Amino acid sequence: MITIVATFMILSSIILEAMKFFSKESFFGFLFGTTWAPHDAFLDKDGQFGSVGLFFGTFYISLIAIITAFPIGIFSAIYLSQYASKRARATLKPILEILAGVPSVVYGFFAAIFVAPLTVKIAGFLGLNASYNNALSAGLVMGIMIIPMISSLCDDSISLVPKRLQYGALSLGLTKEESICFVVLPSAMPGIIGACLLGISRALGETMIVVMAASLRVNLSLNPLEDMTTVTVKIVEVLSGDQEFNNSLTLSAFALGITLFVLTFIINLIAVLISRNFQRKYKISNL
Amino acid sequence: MIGLISKETLKTRRLKSKIFKLVSMSSFVFCVIFLAFFLFSLISSGIGEFKRYYINVDILITEKLIQNPYSLPNVEKKYISRAWLRNLPNLIKQEDINIGETKSFLATANADVDGFLKHNFTKLNGEEIKEVMKLQKQGIIVSKFNKDFFTRGDSKIPENAGFLSAIVGSVLVMIVAMGLAFPIGVASAIYLEKFAKDNKFTKFIEININNLNAVPSIIFGLLGLSVFINFFGMPRSSALVGGIVLAIMSLPVIIVSTRSALRIVPESISQAGYSLGLTKFQVIFGHVLPNAFGGILTGLIMALAGAIGETAPLMIVGMIAFVPEIATSLLNPSTVMPAQIYIWSSSPERIYIEKTSAAILVLLFTVFALNLVAIMLRNRINKKV
Repeated sequence: MITIVATFMILSSIILEAMKFFSKESFFGFLFGTTWAPHDAFLDKDGQFGSVGLFFGTFYISLIAIITAFPIGIFSAIYLSQYASKRARATLKPILEILAGVPSVVYGFFAAIFVAPLTVKIAGFLGLNASYNNALSAGLVMGIMIIPMISSLCDDSISLVPKRLQYGALSLGLTKEESICFVVLPSAMPGIIGACLLGISRALGETMIVVMAASLRVNLSLNPLEDMTTVTVKIVEVLSGDQEFNNSLTLSAFALGITLFVLTFIINLIAVLISRNFQRKYKISNL
Repeated sequence: MIGLISKETLKTRRLKSKIFKLVSMSSFVFCVIFLAFFLFSLISSGIGEFKRYYINVDILITEKLIQNPYSLPNVEKKYISRAWLRNLPNLIKQEDINIGETKSFLATANADVDGFLKHNFTKLNGEEIKEVMKLQKQGIIVSKFNKDFFTRGDSKIPENAGFLSAIVGSVLVMIVAMGLAFPIGVASAIYLEKFAKDNKFTKFIEININNLNAVPSIIFGLLGLSVFINFFGMPRSSALVGGIVLAIMSLPVIIVSTRSALRIVPESISQAGYSLGLTKFQVIFGHVLPNAFGGILTGLIMALAGAIGETAPLMIVGMIAFVPEIATSLLNPSTVMPAQIYIWSSSPERIYIEKTSAAILVLLFTVFALNLVAIMLRNRINKKV
């Protein structure tokens, strides 16, 4: 019961604060505006709360994370479930699970202290100019963070595929690769897609890595070596420190929060529904 | 599909198969290599913090020294940490040392000496360096296990900053979080599993719980800020608010794991109970719960391991303040391990990199240990069932 109350409380409290924000600032200006200049609110001018730049940064960094994490995560899962010996799997799988529990503040520190200078050096070596708060290193480390989660979930759904399907394929003379690509993976696809969607929503909501490794500057640019900011960074920036609850700046954090919540909620919902259907399908056929 | 395959010769198909295996193996190897690099860089930059340099000094206690410890005439004075000197009058009082006595102390060396002896990184000039080297040769400057790191709170003076207040804060927050989340989580799991009817409403709740599991953690921080601090007026930065927020966050984990623990308890056990005339309540509390206890405990430890590393929601409720004292009550401002890591990592001085890495090692050790216990517990249960 309490969980429903909690969900409800989250929603209502944040919506309430967000409503206060939208009563002061225009809704469409927030959704489609490209200038984020809230500090003007303290001057005589009105502050500008265009969130497009923030969401762009969030999606862009998440995209880098996804490009890193998906292939590596899925292929590791294939290795774990198809090629690794039973004993190796029994030890490797818990390690993956433990890795999935590494706090994100650790990855954030790692990104800021070790990876960012490294990318700047490599970029300099290639004759490119990289910022120390570049989107690339934040995205890369974020991708590495979600690899254990993705490969663990994919491994689960691949192992759920009945072995006899694969044996059937092998007995028809398919190579192991073909049996995996044409039989196992398509059957496990819903689970894999579910895992990937969860990975995406994790990346969108990730805070500490981007707070520590990305910058505060809103930047609409496609160059991953430039600095960029994300929604979560802005929320933290706005809300850490003392604040009053009635100015637009503080309230804007709640507006950003609710948008992020809705976004990840939809993604999670799809993921949960897909993997649920998948599990049901194989539970029945396993009987 | 078959047509697609048959166009190729067996040779290329075997080659493709090999390449596929190679790709999947190499991506796994990449993970392992990265992990090694990750741990290696953290350990190599953090291990130094567990050792630090101390100076053996003989100090003649005088009235003047007690009034102004910085007036210490010893040559070694400029290498001694200012924080240690500031605390000298307290030490003298504590140990009941008479005026006029000469007493030898093990003083903390300052960050410059420490940084130079460890990494050749220093603000000392050439002459001072020579002197420090000489003192080290004479055995006056010695390195020892850095117990200050575990016995002190945060400080603006780098060589004096320790991790204890963060550890204490984490413990307090976890007590609040688990104290709230555990009974509520287990109770709602029992309700959902044993009492609730299987209808649209419970399905809706189920999806909700799964969803809550993946809501960005920062959203829970927003909740804490607007509900508990803004609406109920609880003190900012306190362990109480942090604990409540983390409790709400870890509820789904506990509920999901408790439910699966309840589910694997064999139906025959409760049937036997019913046949002896027990009520539903007696069956659940006397028979089902004790049998599911291991699984419930696993979930609790998992939730704990997840919550202990959580940072973002705690930042929002103000737990990233500078907290030098060790919190003594739930309402005091306190800090937690990941928050302390964040604070140190954003400090410009180089010595803090070492401190941050050391703090991370402590945090990782805690998280890994908790996870390991949970996984071992789970394996044992799986074997039993």
